[in-house]
Amino acid sequence: MRFGFVILMTGILLAGAAPAAEIAQAERRSGYSFMTPDTKAMQDDDTANPGMLWVLDGEALWKRKQGAANKACADCHNDASASMKGVAAHYPAFDKALDRPVDLEQRINLCRISHQQATPLPYESRDLLALTAFVAQQSRGAAIETGSDPQLEPFIAKGRALFTQRQGQLNLGCANCHDDNWDKRLAGSAITQAHPTGYPLYRLEWQSLGSLQRRLRACITGIRAQAYDYGAPELVELELYLMSRARGMPVETPAVRP
Amino acid sequence: MASALINVPKTAQRGDIIEIKTLMSHIMETGYRHTATGEVVPRDIITSFTCRFNGTEIFRADLFPAIAANPFITFFTRATDSGKFEFEWIGDQGFSETASASIIVE
Repeated sequence: MRFGFVILMTGILLAGAAPAAEIAQAERRSGYSFMTPDTKAMQDDDTANPGMLWVLDGEALWKRKQGAANKACADCHNDASASMKGVAAHYPAFDKALDRPVDLEQRINLCRISHQQATPLPYESRDLLALTAFVAQQSRGAAIETGSDPQLEPFIAKGRALFTQRQGQLNLGCANCHDDNWDKRLAGSAITQAHPTGYPLYRLEWQSLGSLQRRLRACITGIRAQAYDYGAPELVELELYLMSRARGMPVETPAVRP
Repeated sequence: MASALINVPKTAQRGDIIEIKTLMSHIMETGYRHTATGEVVPRDIITSFTCRFNGTEIFRADLFPAIAANPFITFFTRATDSGKFEFEWIGDQGFSETASASIIVE
């Protein structure tokens, strides 16, 4: 009788079936493939994709001198189209000094603190999203390679444990939707497979660009659990697991999602 | 850091119908929302969009609070002459942005 209960949630029944394994390699899909033709067209046209507004801002910020060191990103990294190509496809990546993985936003802020001697940008601020989107856009089309570094293995395992662990008042784990029920719908919306291929991305619901951490926090609140703070190691481990799960898929930044 | 994305064909044949696409960065705050302490968030929207071709107005739109953030406005026009499209967005709290794009008509 362990799985004999059903959870009634916003009009759909999520049967507590035995947990399925990870999605088979051949069945993996980007969130893009779940979208309507209109939303796909919006992402595909750089003059209709609102995420490009942030990319343009990020390009300006890349060249702007910042902090006590009075250095711009471009003063060290030069032309982003060469120096940042493929970089975002490896994030979150292992940071030796901190001895743990950092995501792209944290890497940008670490660079600001140590090299520009500037204050870190707050999470979800326009400037941090813009810089992250600009850097990540240089990898558009590149295959995601996150997790190839063996030092990341214990952190991927922690992320996977978080992904499968049931929590919150609804007693749901991420895997209950995104592994077991990705082919179904939740309150009219496609559930999708949790492959974060296009972050930071423009969500029509947000009417703004947002980070993967914002998306994760919204999902955690949705299962009525206490969301981790922005920048918490747990969120970075989840990001790391999800990106390693999407290995081989092309980066779409800045993606558009409903 | 408001910025616009404009898509106008670089060239066209005389008499062709061409599509013009514009995207403007703006929060489009409706004025109907409240903060956690109950204060109204003041309205901050774009109220007017105008497109001129070689100085003559060819398209105008009034915008209202129900329009989503970062308004995307597209329209069609007939290519008659080479020249310059000038776009202007005007809104609350002194918002005013312009952009332009040129076309060669053969």
